[in-house]
Amino acid sequence: MDRLTYFPGCSLKDEAKEFEISAMAVMEALELPLVEFERWNCCGTVFSLTEDDLMHQLASIRNFIRAQEAGSEEIVTSCAMCYNTLKRSSLFVNHAEERLEKINAFMDEEVAYEGKVEVRHLLEIIRDRIGWEKVEEAMIHPLEGLSVAPYYGCMLLRPKQVGIDDPDNPTIMRDLIDALWATPVEYAFQAECCGSYQVVDHRELIVERTYRILSSARRAGADVVITSCPLCQYNLRETQSELKEKIPTYDEMPVVYFTQLMAIALDVDSGELPGPLLARLPIEEGVGKGEG
Amino acid sequence: MSEQENATIRIHVMGKTYRVPAGLTIMDAMEYSGYRFIRGAGCRSGFCGACSTIYRREEDYRLQFALACQEMAEDGMYLVQLPFTPAPRSQYDLEKVDPTENVLLQYYPEIARCVACNTCTKACPQDIEVMDYVQAALRGDITRTATLSFDCIQCGLCTMRCPADIKHYHMAQMARRIYGRYLSPVPEHLEERLREIEEGVCDSELDKLVAMNEEELVIAYAARIREEE
Repeated sequence: MDRLTYFPGCSLKDEAKEFEISAMAVMEALELPLVEFERWNCCGTVFSLTEDDLMHQLASIRNFIRAQEAGSEEIVTSCAMCYNTLKRSSLFVNHAEERLEKINAFMDEEVAYEGKVEVRHLLEIIRDRIGWEKVEEAMIHPLEGLSVAPYYGCMLLRPKQVGIDDPDNPTIMRDLIDALWATPVEYAFQAECCGSYQVVDHRELIVERTYRILSSARRAGADVVITSCPLCQYNLRETQSELKEKIPTYDEMPVVYFTQLMAIALDVDSGELPGPLLARLPIEEGVGKGEG
Repeated sequence: MSEQENATIRIHVMGKTYRVPAGLTIMDAMEYSGYRFIRGAGCRSGFCGACSTIYRREEDYRLQFALACQEMAEDGMYLVQLPFTPAPRSQYDLEKVDPTENVLLQYYPEIARCVACNTCTKACPQDIEVMDYVQAALRGDITRTATLSFDCIQCGLCTMRCPADIKHYHMAQMARRIYGRYLSPVPEHLEERLREIEEGVCDSELDKLVAMNEEELVIAYAARIREEE
């Protein structure tokens, strides 16, 4: 069986365990399992924009070396933030001889990085290597009647060079939702920034953005929002408690990872699901925990 | 060159060149040259971590790192003994910490600044994969942090060299303490024996021993049952 050289990222071992649990289970079911490679380190987030600052590329490149050691020329990650950082690093150093030479001279404790490792996001793999038809075939519980709003945020789409889809009019998540027989919801803020790290110092800004994004999805009829980024997920999920305090009538919007939605449909382990989503699922209880 | 000169090497300490016998450690060579260590020296056996040192070889721009009591002095070495450089250590009550993923980040948030440059690992005289355990800590893997850092002798070279000001050795010590307190498997035989002791299973035998005079003790000792070797 083919397998993917998998980079989990720190968040998936910690805050976003349900993302990893569901991604692993889904890929196992789709017969292209994710296999974590040895000794990976933090992706180096966030990508450094300084042209001559090679130090901040080391984290990504060390991961490429580990993949190279594992005999792979590709690493796959499901975290949008890791994807963005790793992908931009790969574009920065792959085929850039002078940079590679400097970096390899500094990392003299490692084998030289050959500049060949490609970075791919799990959604791309599902679209391009598995195909929506196969996802549909593997489905056990069609999600008919469930309206799903895709939330891309920034990291999957921008900058254009690393985007897995059209940055202005992405369709990859909509196609996934279609494949699961759910109803994709079109709304204005699917590629709007969630506020990212501002959550540390300016939480009120995130609360405002969460309101804008989720109420737009709600007005468009969404039952649930899907994401691919642990930080977007955290921001959209956690700041809703503040919204409930401010707006007594605020109705919580469930936010889950795209792999969790797939896990429900494929009847494999989805990790923990929010209560309000379970209540809205058009299928019987217990589904999505691999118990069905 | 006479044979006697052959048996000596040159070392440079603070800009001055000394000739010392070959075959000395860095620490011995410096002491031979007249330096006296009040700080920066301890067990002299490679265990206490007090004598972390840096040196350079002639014709090599890179700094090298070692324990002065372990590394042999070589001809042409530039030596300098590091003063005591304490790193800030977080205060915590082991009985009150929450042994979940984020605890190391909570007490040592600077680990999130790691850029994976691996300078710490290169500096470690114990050949510990220091950067790997910082990365493990970053993703909340306390067990891996504790296991990888097990050979640490707290010399602090990693922390002195880190461009991100991470306090590796203090953070790892906390990880090992949490591991020992909360995560390591409980040895069942030990638990059972402790319970037996508390229940007084051994008390009567112990009372017998206490009541014996010297002569009886000698006889009892000679007649003791020994486990087969």
